[in-house]
Amino acid sequence: MSNKKKLKVATTSLAGCFGCHMSFLDIDERLFTLLDHIEFDRSPLTDIKTCSPDCDIGIIEGGLCNAENVHVLREFRQNCKILIAMGACAINGGLPAQRNHLPLTTILEEVYHTSPGLANGMIPNDPELPLPLNQVHPIHEVVQVDYFIPGCPPSGDAIWKVLTDLLAGREPALGHGLMHYD
Amino acid sequence: MSLTFTLDGKTIPFEDGQTIIQAAGKAGVFIPHLCYHPEFKPHGSCKLCTVKVNGRHTASCTMRAMPGMVVESDTEEINAERRALTQMLFVEGNHFCPSCEKSGNCQLQATAYHLGMMSPHYDHFFPNRPVDASHPEVLLDFNRCILCSLCVRASRDVDGKNVFALSGRGIKTHLIVNARSGQLGDTDFTLADKAAQVCPVGVILRKRQGFAVPIGERKYDKAPIAETVTEGK
Repeated sequence: MSNKKKLKVATTSLAGCFGCHMSFLDIDERLFTLLDHIEFDRSPLTDIKTCSPDCDIGIIEGGLCNAENVHVLREFRQNCKILIAMGACAINGGLPAQRNHLPLTTILEEVYHTSPGLANGMIPNDPELPLPLNQVHPIHEVVQVDYFIPGCPPSGDAIWKVLTDLLAGREPALGHGLMHYD
Repeated sequence: MSLTFTLDGKTIPFEDGQTIIQAAGKAGVFIPHLCYHPEFKPHGSCKLCTVKVNGRHTASCTMRAMPGMVVESDTEEINAERRALTQMLFVEGNHFCPSCEKSGNCQLQATAYHLGMMSPHYDHFFPNRPVDASHPEVLLDFNRCILCSLCVRASRDVDGKNVFALSGRGIKTHLIVNARSGQLGDTDFTLADKAAQVCPVGVILRKRQGFAVPIGERKYDKAPIAETVTEGK
């Protein structure tokens, strides 16, 4: 293990399915090598709830479907030197964005109120619930994003490649086979 | 003396009447393109095949090769422009590769890989484009249409049916079906039509075939597009 200061890495899943985080874990035993060089800050893996102000890398899974997503994304941008969009949803909205051609009211009405079997269903309005956005947006439409790892999910190998490129001070590059939008 | 021009410093032979992209293809040099297809009259609309000829931008699918031309194609500058065009195509439509049957066989996707498109960069339009499932054998998913007009040309010039057309202007240009109802099911379109084979993206899809070949074993999974698309292959 080197004596170099470990890089702080924060991760989060916004409007995503955690599939990209599962794929991240798919780098398998290379996680140990990675942990020689990085430490996790805010992440579902550590359960730390807020970013330290000096994070080196922030990895975002998922797009923006509600106000809390936007808040968390801005927190990451503010506290991370490098921000990475991981996976299709962060990059183009992905599956959640399939609702974008429908008015939000129509969706909420149907999901909670008018679908068969919903007896007096009410649209949730607890003040603790973040308000949904009218449309789902990819994260680059709200903050500056430095790097992108496409894929649904990106393979563990693609995530590994980008992270090791960054750790080595190289510009990340995914060649044929690692570059996938699906 | 045989006719030649240079493409990125390489000498390319050509026959009188050939376009730059035709001659390049014959010589095994890939120039990115979407609306060009070797079997059809060029349309010159996608501009992906833009090259610099003697320092000036031009579409290589419409520009005839001339002796002594100096053509630049695979340069950082031109590829950046091609990438920007590709990104605009992605945000103009609804291109969600994970849910598209054409993924892995899609020329738009493979071209974006080739150009190193890591993100769509621009703001998405998220247009509302309902699908047409009226035909018993073919689904039309307009969300992915890039207006290359290959189906229009194939149906008109090869099938003699005129099933498709581009309608509207500018950003409102869209693909339409020539039937009173506007539905593909009300035309004489069949799977045997050339127009059913030429869509470079996932608009014209044969039903009940979607994942017969699994993701990961498809055309551009095996080899990048630059190695699969040249004239005659």
